[in-house]
Amino acid sequence: MIVRDDLDQLLGAIARRGFRLIGPTVRDGAIVYDDISSSADLPAGWTDEQDGGTYRLRRRDDDALFGYAVGPQSWKRYLFPPTSVVWRSGQDRAAAEAEAEAGPPMAFIGVRSCELRAIAIQDRVFLGGQHVDPVYAGRREGAFLVAVNCGTAGGTCFCVSMDAGPKAESGFDLALTELMDGGRHEFLAEAGTGRGADVLSEVTSRPAGRPDTQAADLVTERTAASMGRQLDTGGIKNLLYDNFEHPLWDDVASRCLTCGNCTMVCPTCFCFSITDVNDLTGTQAEQQRSWDSCFTMDHSYVHGGSVRASSRSRYRQWMTHKLATWIDQFGTSGCVGCGRCITWCPVGIDITEEAAAIRASDGKAGGDNRGHA
Amino acid sequence: MDTLEHELRNHPFLGDLSPAYLTLLAGCAANVHFPAGAFLFREGTPADQCFLLRKGKVALEIAAGGRGPLIIQTVAAGEVTGFSWLLEPHLWQFDGRVIEPVSAVALDGRCLRAKCEDDPRLGFELMRRFATLATGRLQSARLRLLDVYGTAHATSR
Amino acid sequence: MQPLAEAVRPWLDREPWRVAGIRQESRDTVSLELEPPAGCTFSFLPGQFNMLYAFGVGEVPISVSGDPATVGPVLHTIRDVGAVTHALCTLQPGQQVGVRGPYGTHWPMAEAEGGDVLVLAGGVGLPPLRPAIYHLLAHRQRYRRIALLYGARTPGDLLFPGELAAWRGRFDLYVQVTVDAAAEDWRGDVGVVPDFIGLAPFDPATTTAFVVGPEVMILFTVRALIRAGLRDEQIFLSTERNMQCATGMCGHCQLGPFLVCRDGPVFCYRPLAPWLRRREA
Repeated sequence: MIVRDDLDQLLGAIARRGFRLIGPTVRDGAIVYDDISSSADLPAGWTDEQDGGTYRLRRRDDDALFGYAVGPQSWKRYLFPPTSVVWRSGQDRAAAEAEAEAGPPMAFIGVRSCELRAIAIQDRVFLGGQHVDPVYAGRREGAFLVAVNCGTAGGTCFCVSMDAGPKAESGFDLALTELMDGGRHEFLAEAGTGRGADVLSEVTSRPAGRPDTQAADLVTERTAASMGRQLDTGGIKNLLYDNFEHPLWDDVASRCLTCGNCTMVCPTCFCFSITDVNDLTGTQAEQQRSWDSCFTMDHSYVHGGSVRASSRSRYRQWMTHKLATWIDQFGTSGCVGCGRCITWCPVGIDITEEAAAIRASDGKAGGDNRGHA
Repeated sequence: MDTLEHELRNHPFLGDLSPAYLTLLAGCAANVHFPAGAFLFREGTPADQCFLLRKGKVALEIAAGGRGPLIIQTVAAGEVTGFSWLLEPHLWQFDGRVIEPVSAVALDGRCLRAKCEDDPRLGFELMRRFATLATGRLQSARLRLLDVYGTAHATSR
Repeated sequence: MQPLAEAVRPWLDREPWRVAGIRQESRDTVSLELEPPAGCTFSFLPGQFNMLYAFGVGEVPISVSGDPATVGPVLHTIRDVGAVTHALCTLQPGQQVGVRGPYGTHWPMAEAEGGDVLVLAGGVGLPPLRPAIYHLLAHRQRYRRIALLYGARTPGDLLFPGELAAWRGRFDLYVQVTVDAAAEDWRGDVGVVPDFIGLAPFDPATTTAFVVGPEVMILFTVRALIRAGLRDEQIFLSTERNMQCATGMCGHCQLGPFLVCRDGPVFCYRPLAPWLRRREA
């Protein structure tokens, strides 16, 4: 058990080991991940109100440090940067250089269970196949993860449906549960690795007793019971495969702007494109990598045009990939139930609603008129 | 007569008709031979024959305006030249030029049509076979219409 | 040393190869003979592809089109259709090319043994099949009848015409070449590949078919093969999607549940069939 005021000892112990601290902070009316130096940078007393196409920060009536759900970004921004130079070289390879060093190893402070699952999913894509991505590997290796068990369920959260939370089960160095019952402000800290335990040993703490672990369990149970959304994943792969021509897709297409917001805020979306650049003399070349989105026309381009030209096909690709084909490609669902795609869609398209609508009219060939607000 | 029946029976196009029908059709048949470069038929002329190729190869081609002749189909041994004899206006749609010396059974169109009028059952059998031939040619033409090998559609590998 | 396929960054991870020879195959298609650098041993299975990198321009997937059994320069046949392929097609002997690979799945040469084999190629579909043909001929006694059906737009677009003539001269290989249309001096056949399936020698019960060409041609050809009595699982095809990384990470080459660079480009038609029939999948 660590009291709130001693939390900086924890952050200090991590920083002393050469890690760059990255954690949540308030900026531009949202809670984003950025460099932090102490607990004073954390969003104390803030919470978020989320719904389809809606995100607002609101003041809490306490000083909880992690009393919110998730912001627009995810840790993917740091492990899989939006743009990066993969390598540069002259024609003479002697001066070739790999992408500039990522810098010091990173410590992520406040990783939610859904985010841990998302990191594991991206690990499978970038590290777990036949090939390893050097850009991702360079950043992922050695990253120190301090998880936080959610005390609040977000308005669009459905991690329980995706079996991805709210309790952090594995994949962290340390896990914290913020306890503010009975006037206290403490953290139950659990070590997940040897180096996590090592850091903990440098922080003033008292052993956790049964009342503490029970209080922590209660926090998790309360969060699990107040999810903003739910998604029935039973047989979802075949449900989506069998309904590939369902009229619902036309319905969504009439609303979807193909803006790609969902793919940018989603913590598991991994598509990237490679651009080759050279200088005016043509003697220096650089290969750049940047986030791409299956909502672009270029994404599926082959000779003669794009395979997925209609917005209908592109929304269907995104949703079917996330919930169904991902399972065949990588062995798990691609969705962790964080709800970001719902919150940050400008027109409030809700993946859980769309899935439920298909399930409700499974096999319907024509004429399905769902009303929409 | 006997040899013509034999040749009809051995040709894939009509070979599985009943012996009675083969005898009947042999009455419309004649053996023909053409050297390379000769024309079996010319575009626009009355189409009064149907050729079942036993040996050789025929190019179906068309020449129009400034363009030299363009071959749109070749017909080889075991195949049939066409179906212009079957339906109005009974005119050949293309030139049929011999590429490799041809031995064929030629069936007289008027004779065949008369026998079909007399026996609708026979008429149906022939119509079925020619419809299959026509749809095969149509599918082939459609695939080429899509010009899949053109720059816009080809694979890049 | 890591296998060449592990080198995900062209130019950086491994020394570039050199152009040892070039052959103009047709008006817009060039074959490059690429020599690996000293110390690099390269081998591939028929149907696999390499990523070729033109310095400063970009990278494209190109099937290896040569004999898998020979040592020495590795042949790649490239059609000039864009910036990168144009850069590759205009390389001169001695110039460098980044190469990584081989990637992807291969033709089921072992599974096809003991039966008849039909090789059906349309247009630039012949280069990815050429290594398979070499393998079939090098191990001729393992297969029963072998037939090659190859179609192109015009006689001038036929690839490897000398080799086709040599193959046609063999007694243990059936070769049928056809073009969509021709001028009067063409003495070969005019029609499309599916038209000639009926005349080829094969027993549908024991045949394996390999099909490559534009997707429409593949669909018509597969349809004709099924009409001729082949089952879905006897048909293999090589398909194409937008491949940028070739390592299963960039997400572009998805075809439903398949990543074409990893689960293809050679696929058995059976699992692929429902996805090919779905529009805009």
